[in-house]
Amino acid sequence: MSHFSEGRNKDRGKDGRGKCELSLTVNGKPETVFAFPMERLLDVLRNELGLTGTKEGCGEGECGSCSVLMDGKLVNSCLVPALQAAGANLTTIEGVAEGSQLNAMQAAFLECGGAQCGICTPGMILSASHLLNDKADPTLDDIREALAGNLCRCTGYMQIFEAVLQAARRRTVA
Amino acid sequence: MRSDPADYELIAPATLQAVVALLADEPGKWVPVAGGTDLMVLYAAGKLPARKLVSIWNLAELRGITVSPDEITIGAGCTYTELREHGVIAREFPLLASAARWTGGIANQNRGTLGGNIANASPAADSLPALLVYEAELILASVRGERRIPYVGFHTGYKKMKLEPDELIRAICLRRGFSGHLHYSRKVGARNAQAISKVCIAALGRLGGAAGSVIEDVRIALGSVAPVPLRLTEVERIVSGKSVDGELVQLAKKAVAAAIQPIDDIRSTARYRAAVASNLVAEFLEQLGGSGKAA
Repeated sequence: MSHFSEGRNKDRGKDGRGKCELSLTVNGKPETVFAFPMERLLDVLRNELGLTGTKEGCGEGECGSCSVLMDGKLVNSCLVPALQAAGANLTTIEGVAEGSQLNAMQAAFLECGGAQCGICTPGMILSASHLLNDKADPTLDDIREALAGNLCRCTGYMQIFEAVLQAARRRTVA
Repeated sequence: MRSDPADYELIAPATLQAVVALLADEPGKWVPVAGGTDLMVLYAAGKLPARKLVSIWNLAELRGITVSPDEITIGAGCTYTELREHGVIAREFPLLASAARWTGGIANQNRGTLGGNIANASPAADSLPALLVYEAELILASVRGERRIPYVGFHTGYKKMKLEPDELIRAICLRRGFSGHLHYSRKVGARNAQAISKVCIAALGRLGGAAGSVIEDVRIALGSVAPVPLRLTEVERIVSGKSVDGELVQLAKKAVAAAIQPIDDIRSTARYRAAVASNLVAEFLEQLGGSGKAA
């Protein structure tokens, strides 16, 4: 892991020095980025990779808008320093659909009115997908707990819970 | 103002040995960062004074939970999710499992670590009262070797602890043998997830004596009521060897009020915290008193 040692360079980042080369897999695609080791994963995704589907809400791990999957685990990308994502396998909202076809969760959010202003939606969909990967047939309580770290100021949550239940039913039937 | 990442160093040595060598090299200069759920919040707000950080997130030596006949050893880098999902912790140390379930939301539970919760030294940390009542021991690692110390007394003041500048918390040990105890925990906060406690409690005890109604081996700890997570030793002394009745509960409530030093802050008031703290201890004692009747 030679790129780790480059993080020690104290230069202020002129000409890319002080940055390190990080290899990661994003939505199934290998990527190499140059980033400061303490750069937030959120900023690497949005600014370096142009994946602006991941949103910044609070920037302090309270709202869940920046949720992504890192090696299959749900994380707040605003709290992950870039260096810790080196070698990781990431899934963002851009990697959820199957080509131009929305996946079951995305379709259910649309049908149930689970998405309104849209800021929380990518994080909600990743948190809900994280739940269904673990528990194919969740109860309403399971869903409430799984999404407790994702705040929504539009929907009042009921349509979101309904969307997750609907996606789970479809996935179980399919 | 937001921090500039160019101002910070972060490195990720591959082994524990390399990390403690770095800490020994420049004591107090390097701050370990595990899942970042506390440090990255300070960083984002431009309030992280340290400029040199060393990642311990991927250290294999800090991971894993091992179970022996007498105790379990939890790697300091174990996440709340790993604590929640561990069968022995769920069955034998439910106060720790419930604290893990109440900390943050799922994303923070996937990144926050038990060692980080100890090192962050918040008096409001949900897992620390559980460690106080289970009388956890900490294994601290440095280039000088390892030492094992009791967690009780580890936090000596607000954000102060008995950790040398060259030391890293490697593991947390819990002695087994609480299956006959009543375990009681509550978190009182604005909501369960993503809310820091106004008051939290972890307590355990059992009934014994000839009539099976006398309180034995009772341990009570509170969070958010003092500069450190607080073990209520005086309350424990007052109720030990007694049977639970209304008079004892009142005595205990008075002793709670005398032991704690709650403050007014953004989350609550000293008055509310004092009332809730003594009510939680009363509820625990009433449940403990009632636990003998069922048997």
